[in-house]
Amino acid sequence: MRALVLLLALFAALAVVPLGADTYVLSIVTRAMIFALAAVSLDFVLGGAGLVSFGHAALMGIGAYGVGILMEEGTRDALIAFPAAMAAAGLFALVTGAVSLKTRGVYFIMITLAFGQMAFFVAQSLSAYGGDDGLSLAARSTVAGQRWLKSPLTFHYVTLGLLILATGLCALILASPFGRVLRAAKENERRVRALGIDPYLYRLVAYGLAGAFAGLSGALLANLTEFVSPAFLSWHRSGELIVMVVAGAMAASALGAGGGVAGRLGGAVLGALGVMLLEEGLAHLTEHWRIVFGPLLVLLVLLGGLKGRRA
Amino acid sequence: MSALLQVRGLRKSYGALAVTDGVDLTVAAGEIHALIGPNGAGKTTLISLIAGEVRADAGTIHLADTDLTLAPVHRRARAGLARSFQITSTIPAFSVRENVVLALQGAGGPSFRLWPAPRAERARAERAQALLARVGLEGRGDHPAAALSHGEKRALELAMALAAEPRVLLLDEPMAGTGPEEGRAMVDLIAGLKTACGILLVEHDMDAVFRLADRVSVLVAGRIIASGAPAQVRADPAVRAAYLGDEPGGTP
Repeated sequence: MRALVLLLALFAALAVVPLGADTYVLSIVTRAMIFALAAVSLDFVLGGAGLVSFGHAALMGIGAYGVGILMEEGTRDALIAFPAAMAAAGLFALVTGAVSLKTRGVYFIMITLAFGQMAFFVAQSLSAYGGDDGLSLAARSTVAGQRWLKSPLTFHYVTLGLLILATGLCALILASPFGRVLRAAKENERRVRALGIDPYLYRLVAYGLAGAFAGLSGALLANLTEFVSPAFLSWHRSGELIVMVVAGAMAASALGAGGGVAGRLGGAVLGALGVMLLEEGLAHLTEHWRIVFGPLLVLLVLLGGLKGRRA
Repeated sequence: MSALLQVRGLRKSYGALAVTDGVDLTVAAGEIHALIGPNGAGKTTLISLIAGEVRADAGTIHLADTDLTLAPVHRRARAGLARSFQITSTIPAFSVRENVVLALQGAGGPSFRLWPAPRAERARAERAQALLARVGLEGRGDHPAAALSHGEKRALELAMALAAEPRVLLLDEPMAGTGPEEGRAMVDLIAGLKTACGILLVEHDMDAVFRLADRVSVLVAGRIIASGAPAQVRADPAVRAAYLGDEPGGTP
């Protein structure tokens, strides 16, 4: 119950932000929401299915490059570019997942990292699309020929709508019979197998879906910044996404709102918004903002861990 | 009596140590075949070999006419081999009922429905409730599995194994760690399952074994040294020496 309240409160807060924010602040909050969407997609497999994917930035970056490359080739409309970006990232997740999911634990982390780095170096070598320097977009995507996404306000609400939609879908899937297998295999894979269920295909489908959602967040990010670069795919960013998910789960549990599917995904949204906005805020105060950010993170994990142990 | 589960010449070695050394074993429909033996005799390894968690070095495993020798765990389960674990194995964070619902899902074949399926879910919840009633957990459906007592967890395991309507049930020490009362309830429960499927029962509690079993096999150092009716096995001098000791340990 508290988990659902937290999630709805976050969405409500994001909906009223434009009332009191200037364009600059609004763009920061929109950016945070885009990362929240990526964090939800990561948490769907990490928290939901227990798969620590260390290549999520690559999936996001493929979505971003999808929009960028299509635009360079003359396809500007979001109704084509966004589904294409999702399909490309989802397909990459399916293909790499088919191999990665044969492994477990640390091996899975390392192999997803390796595939992520592969995508990173491919992006670097795309000399036709800016190579190392990245690719500037001529403009934001159009929607059915209309230039609606140009307005920061519209873009903010479109992003919020997609974030809510993706979070809702992920929650529904995790609650479905399919999701039950994912959640059970995360806790006790041996038992699930003994019941006649091979979790492999379930995990693969989930990983593909997560890839598509991450691709969507990348498509939005490319539009927000009107720029894509190999840095979008770097392993630093994959790590940041994991920090968002883990810190968010800790924070949600410290608030007593960590239970259930809503608690999981709500934690991811909270974590992404918290990390992004804190980074931005601290960077304003000092260029050595990491000195403050690091200890805060440690403190949060300690608090969440203590609370989790008592529960 | 036609054998439902047929194990022939099963071997498994870890290095120089033969844990399973040419085991032949059958379980017929409606039969309880008890497997006893001292600690370290390889009973749990044998169960794992039959369930498919450990791959045998040699030998064959058939269920009815299906050759399961090379089948992975989940395919053996789908073919009708269900098991309980010596160390209780449930999904602790799930409710008791959801554990059984998951087992029903496994029995029902792949469930790649990404959206909620209220009708199928209701039907599964009802069947789960019936299974819980069968093992005496009807009032505990909404509790988290982690909150059950040890004996209740064993009963839950049994309900999960039964969800698949298995043809052969592998029970690895279902009485282990239960109190006297829970143990008696478990014996009655297992006796009641006999008609539904064949059971291979690994158990240390001799009272339970001699009350339940139609046949008893004695496993010592990976070999079956005696097999037959309970009274016959109890009288076997080799068994007395290797396992029961001089005391008439199995007298009910």
